[in-house]
Amino acid sequence: MNLLALSLPAVLAQSDSGDLLVAQNIAFGIIAATMLFSAWRVVSTNNIVHAALYLVIALAGVAAIFILLGAEFVGVTQILVYIGAVVVLFLFGIMLTRARLGDVESVDHENRLIAALTAVLLAVVMSYALIDSFGDTRIDIETPSTTQAVSDSIFSDYIIPFEAVSLLLLAALIGAIVVARREDGS
Amino acid sequence: MSILAELAYWQQTSLRVAAGLVAVLLPAGTLVYLYLFKMMSFMQSRLGPMEAGPFGSLQLVAEVGKWLQKEDIIPTRADRLIFGLAPFIVLMSTFLLVVVIPFGPDAFFADLPTGIYFALAVGSISVIGILMAGWASANKYSLLGGLRAAGQLIAYELPMVLAVVGVVIQAGTLNMQGIVVAQADGEIFGWGGIGNPYILTQFVAFAIFLIAVQAELTQTPFDMPVAESELVSGYLTEYSGIRFLLFFISEYATAGAFSAIIAVLFLGGWYIPGIDIDDNVFNVIGPIVMMVKIVLVSFVIFWFRFTMPRFREDQLQRLAWKVLIPLALVNIAATAVLKVAF
Repeated sequence: MNLLALSLPAVLAQSDSGDLLVAQNIAFGIIAATMLFSAWRVVSTNNIVHAALYLVIALAGVAAIFILLGAEFVGVTQILVYIGAVVVLFLFGIMLTRARLGDVESVDHENRLIAALTAVLLAVVMSYALIDSFGDTRIDIETPSTTQAVSDSIFSDYIIPFEAVSLLLLAALIGAIVVARREDGS
Repeated sequence: MSILAELAYWQQTSLRVAAGLVAVLLPAGTLVYLYLFKMMSFMQSRLGPMEAGPFGSLQLVAEVGKWLQKEDIIPTRADRLIFGLAPFIVLMSTFLLVVVIPFGPDAFFADLPTGIYFALAVGSISVIGILMAGWASANKYSLLGGLRAAGQLIAYELPMVLAVVGVVIQAGTLNMQGIVVAQADGEIFGWGGIGNPYILTQFVAFAIFLIAVQAELTQTPFDMPVAESELVSGYLTEYSGIRFLLFFISEYATAGAFSAIIAVLFLGGWYIPGIDIDDNVFNVIGPIVMMVKIVLVSFVIFWFRFTMPRFREDQLQRLAWKVLIPLALVNIAATAVLKVAF
């Protein structure tokens, strides 16, 4: 049994795999609508803490979609890393610096058009890359991927990208420390 | 599972919900009565509650009744929605923790392949609830308490995850049932008389995990987030009535859930040596065995709580980053080498 089997769609689908796709599409629709709404609120709300909390919902939606696709390990990683650590650090930083209750007049930034343009461009590039490389390949959602399969491919086929990313993250970490430290040696 | 499979989905779900409530509330009530009411009293040379029921055993009911009657106060300047949601987020994290704990070969809520990893992930959600409570209270003490809690939980999540890696390497699986079976079938240098409870062969991981759990539960000596003498009671300051009760229940239920996870990871879970692991009797005695192990583990947690003085904030961070994390990394390397060597 896995997380997918616990969710309602899988139970509806015990008889027929066609039903599974219907139920999965309904679940996807609900999750996607929630994610779109909260993602919109992240950038439109005037309360920074609320924005961070809406981000939690959007990221939880990502985890839910991973689980819907049978990628349980990735889904749980999403919760552990993004909700359990990244957003907590966001909230920590926000509350430490500008923890004002209620709406501030405006948190708009004059660069918002450029930011929107960048976001659209990023979406286009990523969709193009995904559609170009995978096309209409379907993943088998009835036999979820195991943790073993994930780790086997990371540490054999994708070992070089994995190590490259690790090195990049280490460099970013050291860079952040260098930037944050004052020059006077304190 | 055979009986369960014949029931309709809604019947299975209602059974699971009822069993989940028992698995959350029973350990919580037991811990509060045994340790908070009785053991703490005896350690301080007093009797504790004696009036309600035999040996004060109905005091719990009286306390819950008292909290339910209290007025539900929300500060005027508070962010009402987030203030109200916060206790439920914390309680949700507790309920999700219980989902993966096995109480017998067929007595479990969900047998996830990623078992312990899932538990570590959902256990970290409670921080968000605590930060929400601290911020939405519109109170400087609450905010400071919330920030302290977040800093502490981030620091101690790392040694906690790293300590589990040693166990996972030795068991060869993330699945909670798999870890129980691996301990029951295991051998210590060729001697399989009591299996291989990982408290013996992974003692370093056990010690690190226990300390990290103590910090994660914000129990003394890691109770700076609610330090009475400095912060009134931290993020709980503005809460009263049923919302305070929810925080209180989830604190002790989480202590029970983490004790259960320690029991599964290091004490062999629902298995006791001497009975064949495939025996169906474990579905009956498994929950009892687990309950005994939960009470034993949480005894250690509360023993520390009632006897240790509080850390200073910098001492707490130093312990996590300079002692526990390097030690956990050494433990992982040693376990991996020994796993390959034997």
